[in-house]
Amino acid sequence: MTLDVEKIRKDFPILGKEMRGRPLAYLDSGASAQKPQAVIDAMSDFYSSGYANIHRGVYQLSADATLAYEAVRGKVARFIGARDEREIVFLRNATEAINLVARTWGEANVGEGDEIVLTWMEHHANIVPWQMLAERKGATIRVAEIDDDGVLDVDHLTSLLGPRTKLLAFTHVSNALGTINPAAALVALARERGITTLIDGAQAVPHQPVDVDALGADFYVFSGHKVFGPSGAGVLHGRFAQLDAMPPFLGGGDMIEVVSFDGTTFAPVPQKFEAGTPDIASVIGFGAAIDYLEGIGMEAIAAWEHELLGYATERLETVPGLRIIGRAKEKAAVLSFVLEDAHPHDIGTCLDGDGVAIRAGHHCAQPLMNRMGVPATARASLAFYNTREDIDQLVDALRKTAELFA
Amino acid sequence: MDDLRELYQATILGHNKKPRNFRVIEHASHEADGHNPLCGDQLTLYAQIGPDGTLDDVSFQGTGCAISRASASLMTDHVMGKSLEEIEADFDRFHELVTSSPSEEARTDGLGKLAVFAGVREYPMRVKCATLAWHALRAALEGVATAKTE
Repeated sequence: MTLDVEKIRKDFPILGKEMRGRPLAYLDSGASAQKPQAVIDAMSDFYSSGYANIHRGVYQLSADATLAYEAVRGKVARFIGARDEREIVFLRNATEAINLVARTWGEANVGEGDEIVLTWMEHHANIVPWQMLAERKGATIRVAEIDDDGVLDVDHLTSLLGPRTKLLAFTHVSNALGTINPAAALVALARERGITTLIDGAQAVPHQPVDVDALGADFYVFSGHKVFGPSGAGVLHGRFAQLDAMPPFLGGGDMIEVVSFDGTTFAPVPQKFEAGTPDIASVIGFGAAIDYLEGIGMEAIAAWEHELLGYATERLETVPGLRIIGRAKEKAAVLSFVLEDAHPHDIGTCLDGDGVAIRAGHHCAQPLMNRMGVPATARASLAFYNTREDIDQLVDALRKTAELFA
Repeated sequence: MDDLRELYQATILGHNKKPRNFRVIEHASHEADGHNPLCGDQLTLYAQIGPDGTLDDVSFQGTGCAISRASASLMTDHVMGKSLEEIEADFDRFHELVTSSPSEEARTDGLGKLAVFAGVREYPMRVKCATLAWHALRAALEGVATAKTE
């Protein structure tokens, strides 16, 4: 199955925009992806003609809104291969999902002297909630090594999995380097030892088919806004038995069964974790994003991005003084790089001058930057709507930048 | 990219490549770290206050973008030998220059070579880079160990 990029680009109104007199080359989808018209329309239609609060009203509008919202739960479950749609919890984003697990599962299961194993390539969202938990509980964080190409040292990780290890949490795809981790194998290593697993899938779900059932992790989290949906809708996937055993997260409306001043009983999973009115329209928009992606096919998306990654790697290497950071063989379409004479921040500003949007900085992965020996990098992160022309525009602008700072 | 010449003037590019006073002052009477958490820029500012209360020596070390390095370099030249009151007034003027509206005429009185940073007004995301060294200098003189631009 091939992909008609020119046709796809017409589905994303913002990609037709000019930036500083040049066509916009949007190469920051790793930070947040652009939205197709179908998502914008779904939200607009919902607000125009379908909006009401959910799980409350007995009137038609509320019943329809509830059905539409719950239908997205089923869509997400199918999209990521979950066995049971009750395993899908809607939250704001991946960060909130990880914090939920740390605050509920973590509070109940991690104690003094226990260990949590992470990797050097984690996003701050998959570090800080665990540090906060470890501090509360007197637990220890242990960190699996990576090599100079940004590849996880699986032997070292295995050596860290001991009798006190309660959790292995790792990223499916590194946001800063693009490294794709052998997620199913890592989960298997942990499960053999009775260790709970959490996968940060924020950079995987937008770019490749994901089957959470096959991966087998206890928890899998991602953000809808990186999957071409609106901001405000994210997902925690948890195995039903885990979610069912966990204490609730936020207390309030919608997450209860019966409330009295003598005590409260909680709603079943997943409502137990969805207190208060959620971001209903964002969930609706997220559903439209999934429909849109399924129309194209995640296999086709992954294939096109892989082709672009090869082209971009080759072209970037022709820029004098440019060094790519992160050279894993199994890699998503993320290109982190530094220039000999120009700081990433200056690269970012210079590229912007030519209509090229990239991210510059530490990518919320300061430990990783330290490990790779750079204070920051410039990062081009691609999506299926990018083209070879976008890469050419990037490379031309980088050549000019290198000249300016030479 | 031609507009960028307004931001990256030759003076800024020169000071970025060869910053002035880029060294450690051993046993400085005042020092502070400046840190921009957004982009990871980090510098240490050293200041030596003489008996008459003026700045006998000032220097910096660290990593950062061209704007923050050049700003630190030009700042050290600019404030050398001045009194604390004069430095504070300079910071106010410099801050006003880089945060003023680009549609107004840039007010560069008393700023000397620092006037080259008028181009930063067009790039609000870069104001923190331009002012990092100044924040660190103020923190050092006030006896605060770390200055952050956020």
